[in-house]
Parts: sequence; C-alpha cells; structure tokens
Amino acid sequence: MSIELGHFALVLAFALALVQASVPIIGGQLKNEALMRIGEPAAITGFALVALSFVALTMAYVQSDFSVLNVWENSHSAKPLLFKITGTWGNHEGSMLLWVLILFFFGALVAVFGRNLPLSLRANVLGIQGAIGSAFVLFILATSNPFARLDPAPMQGRDLNPILQDIGLAVHPPMLYLGYVGFSVAFSFAIAALIEGRIDAAWARWVRPWTLAAWLFLTGGIAMGSYWAYYELGWGGFWFWDPVENASLLPWLAGTALLHSALVMEKRSALKIWTVLLAILTFSLSLLGTFLVRSGVLTSVHAFATDPTRGVFILAILMVFIGGSLALFAWRAATLSAGGLFQPVSREGALVLNNLLLTTATATVLIGTLYPLLIEAVTGDKISVGPPFFNLTFGPLFLPLLAIVPFGPLLAWKRGDLAAVAQRLFAAFGIALAAALLIYLVVDRTSVLAALGIGLGVWLVMGALTDLVLKSGLGKVAAPVVLRRLTGLPRSVFGTALAHAGLGLTTIGIVAVTTLETERIVAMQPGDSVELHGYVLRFDNLRPFTGPNYTEDQGNFALSRKTGADLGEIMSSKRFYPARQMPTTEAGIRTLGLSQLYVSLGEKTPSGALIVRVWWKPMVTLIWLGALVMMAGGAVSLLDRRLRVGAPMPRKKPAALPQGGSA
Amino acid sequence: MTRKQKRLAIIAGALGFLGAAAALTLYALGQQTSYFYMPGDLEERPVASGQRIRLGGLVEKGSIAHGDDTQVRFAVTDGDHSVKVTYAGILPDLFREEQGVVTEGAFGADQVFVADTVLAKHDENYMPKEVADSLKEKGVWNEN
Repeated sequence: MSIELGHFALVLAFALALVQASVPIIGGQLKNEALMRIGEPAAITGFALVALSFVALTMAYVQSDFSVLNVWENSHSAKPLLFKITGTWGNHEGSMLLWVLILFFFGALVAVFGRNLPLSLRANVLGIQGAIGSAFVLFILATSNPFARLDPAPMQGRDLNPILQDIGLAVHPPMLYLGYVGFSVAFSFAIAALIEGRIDAAWARWVRPWTLAAWLFLTGGIAMGSYWAYYELGWGGFWFWDPVENASLLPWLAGTALLHSALVMEKRSALKIWTVLLAILTFSLSLLGTFLVRSGVLTSVHAFATDPTRGVFILAILMVFIGGSLALFAWRAATLSAGGLFQPVSREGALVLNNLLLTTATATVLIGTLYPLLIEAVTGDKISVGPPFFNLTFGPLFLPLLAIVPFGPLLAWKRGDLAAVAQRLFAAFGIALAAALLIYLVVDRTSVLAALGIGLGVWLVMGALTDLVLKSGLGKVAAPVVLRRLTGLPRSVFGTALAHAGLGLTTIGIVAVTTLETERIVAMQPGDSVELHGYVLRFDNLRPFTGPNYTEDQGNFALSRKTGADLGEIMSSKRFYPARQMPTTEAGIRTLGLSQLYVSLGEKTPSGALIVRVWWKPMVTLIWLGALVMMAGGAVSLLDRRLRVGAPMPRKKPAALPQGGSA
Repeated sequence: MTRKQKRLAIIAGALGFLGAAAALTLYALGQQTSYFYMPGDLEERPVASGQRIRLGGLVEKGSIAHGDDTQVRFAVTDGDHSVKVTYAGILPDLFREEQGVVTEGAFGADQVFVADTVLAKHDENYMPKEVADSLKEKGVWNEN
C-alpha cells in the first residue's frame, strides 16, 4: 500500500505547488497580505509531502518490493542495505524524485529562514519556487513515474548497475543536486526582484548565502563525482570533458561568477542588472544540465535508459523558464536603477574582470558541449568534441583568471593602486617563481608547462596567505595584536582566502598529474615485478573471492621501494555481477604522501599472463583536497554574520545581540 | 571618466574577451573535432591516413586476438564492411564480441586503424548512440 501512498502524496504536492505558484504572486500584485502569506505553509507542507513520497519509494527499495517496477529494474535482494537505499536515486525516476525533493527542501528553507524578508519579496520568491516545483513534479507524474506496479511480482530484481554500487552514489548525486537545485533560490530571488522592479544592496545580502550554499555543495558534488570516476572506472582519469561533467561545470562557473558579482552589488550596489542576469543564467544552466543528462540526447557515461518524451517534456520546461525569465528580464531590467561608480583599477574592476573571464569560459564550454548536437541537427554529420577542444579554449581563458586572482582581494574598493598591490605580492610571486624553478630543475626538465602550472598554483596559495598576513599586520605589529586582528576579521575574509588557496591546490594537482604522471602497461606472470617512479610492484597471485552479489578475481601485489623498504600489499580486482552479467574493474590505489600509485587489471593474454596497467599519479590527491578547502572557504563565509540566512539587518552592535533570525 | 565612458570601456573589454574566445573556439572546432564513421561510410567518404576520426560499429565475432604483449587486434563491423583495428592498452570492461564499440584514432599507412581510445559504455544494454542510430538506419538493429 505504501507505494500508492507515496504516489498520492506526490499528486497532492503537485496540486499544492500550483497553489504556491499562483496565490502568493497574485497576493503580491493585489497587495493582499493574507494571500501572500499562503506561500510559507504551502512550501513547508509541499516539502513534507514530497519527503513522504520519497520515503515511500526508499522503503520499497529497502524491503526489496519487486512488485514495484522501478525497484525490480534497479534492485536485488542480495544487495547490501546501503546500496538498497542509495539505489533509490540510482535510476532516472528516483533521481528525478531526489531532484524534486531537494527543490522543495530549499523552498521550505526559504519559508522557515526568510521570516524577516519583506512580505511581498518572500511571497514572490516562494511563488517562483512553487512554479518550478509544480513543473518538475508534473514531469515525474507524467513521464517518469517511479511508483508504477508490476503484476505478477517477480521473485528477484535485476540489480543496480554495478558501477553505481559504491559509496559514491550515496554522496555524489545528493550533493550535486543540492548545488544544482540550490541555485533555484537565487533564480527565484532574481525573478521576484524583476516582478517588483526594485532591487538594492540588501537583496544581494539575502541572495548571497543561498548562492554560497549551493556553490559549496556543487563544488563538493563535482569533486566527489570526479574522484568516483577516477577510482571506479579504472582508467585513472579525473575529468573527461564528458557532456554530463560539462553540464555540472557550467552552473559552477556561472555560480562562481554570481558569487563575485553579488559581492560588488552588496558592498557598492553596482552591477545590479548583471547580477540579476547571472542569477537567471546560473539556474538556467542547471536546468540545461538536467535536460542534457535526463534526455539522453548526448552520448555520455551518465545516460540512463532514454525516452524521447522525457526529453521533449524537459525541453518544454526549459523553454518556459529560461525563455520566460529572460523575457521578463528584457522587459523589466531597465527599471532597476544603476549603481555606484568605480575606477577600472579597483576591487570592483577586478571582480568585473573575474566575471568576464568566467562567463566567457562558461560560453566556450557550453558551445563545445552543444556543438555536436547542432551539427547533427543541421548537417546530419556525427562529430565529437573532445578534450583537445576544451584544453585549447577553456585553458587560455582560465589561466589568466588564475593569474589575477591574488590581486583581487588586495585592491581597494572604488579606486585601487595596482603598483602598491603588486609590491605587496612580491614575496608571494618570489615563492611561486622558486617553486616553478624547483620543479623545472629538480623534477622534470622536459616539461615547462608543469613548472609554470605548478608555479601558478603556488602563486594562488601564497596570494591567499598574503591577504591574511597583510590584513592581520603580521610582522609589523606585536603578536597579540596580530591575533586580535585576525579574530576581528570578518569570516568572509578567511572564506575568500581559503577558497582561493583551495583553487590553487586543485590547480597544482591537475597540472602535476596531467604533465608528470607516468604509466606502464605490462603483461605479468605471478612473481613478475614492474618498476615505476622508484617503486617496485610485484605481482603475487590472482585469487577468487565471492562477495554478496558478485564474484571477483583479486590480484594481489606487493609494493616496495626500489631501495628495498616494504610498503605492504595492493589489491586490485575484476568483479563480475551475475544479475546483470556485467564485469567491473576495482582499481587498487595506494596513497603515498599526496601522490598515488594506481593499479588496474586487464585481460589475460593467451600465455596466461595478466595485463596490468600501473600509473604513478603525482600530487593527484590535491585535486580533491583543494576542492575540500574551497568548500571549507564557502562554509566559513556562510558563517559570516553579515551573510547569515535570516539575519538581513545590517549589523549594528556586533556580538552583543542575540544571533538568529527570530527578531 | 564619466559613467558613459566607463560603461563603454567595460563593453569594449567584454567584446574583446568575447572576440578572443570566439576566435579560439572557432579555431579549436576546426582543428579538434573528430567525425564519426561506420566501416561502410569509409568507401563513400575516404579518410586520409593520419586524420583523426571516431570509428564505430560492432566488434566482429571471432576477430579479437590478444598479442602476448598488451596489443589487441579486433575488427569493427557494420554487417557489410569491416575494418581492422589495433589497440594497445586495457579494453573497457564491457568490450565483447558483437557489442557496440566506438574507437578513436587514425588509419596507419597499412589501412589498419590504430585506436588510442576504445569506448564501450557501462551498462549491459549499452550501445553507443551513434552506433545504434547508424545500425537502425541500416536495418540491422535488433531492439534487444
């Protein structure tokens, strides 16, 4: 019965979302307070209904109820409990339900934490959230119903795609969706501002925490997805410029631009119209990403079974929301008043440059992703746009951006002094140069790119530190004063420094692994050894093993240094999942400092040797550690008093007032 | 500078970036895209050796031969025509006879296709989209 309850709850949520999408906005136009207040209970109840529906589906998975079509298609009674739960969103229907759940979750958060927003703004924001919610709930109900029954119920399910039977599925999609869908709040605020035709610095202060939270989760979701692909696919790659990866990178780039332009708007009330446009574009790119992933129009490792009606439906949603919002923008943007003035060389100027580079980079990625679709539609030719295209276009746009990042936070608002800032960054530049020289002279004399790239990463980290050193007066004033100044700094200053340093760490990781990695592919008999980067890997044996729902051949390797020091075992295996008749590769990975040794098994040769592929991946972990540091930066910024959700009032007496949004 | 001049400066800067990006993009699209071919297409539209393409089709039955090193030889077919392919490296998990595959690389001088990438997707029902579309056009596609 419970699955029908879930279905029914979702239908109710749809009806309620229609109310939420219309009544508060009409109330806003009529200046009717009672109508405007409908938004909050509708948003909170809607979230409860979608949550109920989601729990119903999850329970069907946990109980392996194969009378539910979706469960039969994607689960198996022998699957470990964790994968039964995560399997709920390991398929098209379930993952759309998760998408909608998170959308309603954000709506409910706005309702709960937005109590001290102006009433009409809150009503309009919740109305837009309701409109998006109703469209996607209708999409699920009409084309992707996860609650369909199967009669008679089979005894056993068809199991989840083995690639997805991994802890990555528990983390990657929810985080990614928290990011993707989180940008809907910024979108709703932008549309609400356009409807009201009024926008000010306070608006930016309200939008920033939502954008920051979405950005933080999207960063984590992309990084987690990248690490998952790295260890699970057995190719040792961390980024493939796959259309679906691009689909998540696009809103990240636009969202990063939005974070920075909202900063200008909040501090100097400039770039208002641009910020509103970016908020619209960021969520539009999230919607586009959803369309690309869910419609299966592009060849990708992520496409689930595809169905043309779904693609058309999402495309229709896309056109209504993107087209509608841009039309509204074109109509109303002129009514928003222009903001403060600034000199080209200033913090604002630096942030404008940041926005230019980020949005242009976004555009090139977008073109590269959609170009094959366009060409096929126009000429019928099937082409592919691969990594070389993105390296050639994204690289030259992103590298200058990285190079200028350290200047931004050091420039003054309104009118900056570039020469003075350059002088202050002299030490950071020296250290980066030394790092580059060290890489060139000691590590690898053949790759200038490695030296320059790693130097660039070090420059970013040192630039971020310089900002903190200067703002604390380290080396100029006594230690207790430094400490007091540091604790007195707004948390967002630390957030900026951490995020920029994290970007630097990720840069170092990406450059190091792409330019300095070494690889050996060898056919090995038990007892054979292969040498790589000063390490010796000895193949000991291949042993069979039986897991809960798979069998595997475990290749055991002994790792030691060339000098003889023993470093223990590495196990790499090939699994076979009988329910889906599908093999997977489980790479053996050993982390050595920041670097990793990656062992992946291939087939057997006719003479019985095993093909083994071994990579030395220098500093590869920095790619994801850097993302964690960026997330930490986002989290620290989010804790900044000025940006606290539900505390939109300007700070008057810091610390003495009770915190929180109930005032 | 007046407000108007500043706005003009920003717009000029933005156009400069966009222009540079557009030039880069057009150049890269001209250089770095690879066309998709089925074995049968090669007769109509011959490909020079050394030109990078994507070659897709089914792995021909009985054609897979592992060398004693890491070399693998196989043939890609669309039912009528077939092309010999060599590849050095580890094949994807789902690389099997009579399964869809997309290889990326270029023809060598001896008309053997030297692949540096072999793609087969991670699902038992998987057929690369280009391959599925082309096979449907040829009428040899079987829905299951």
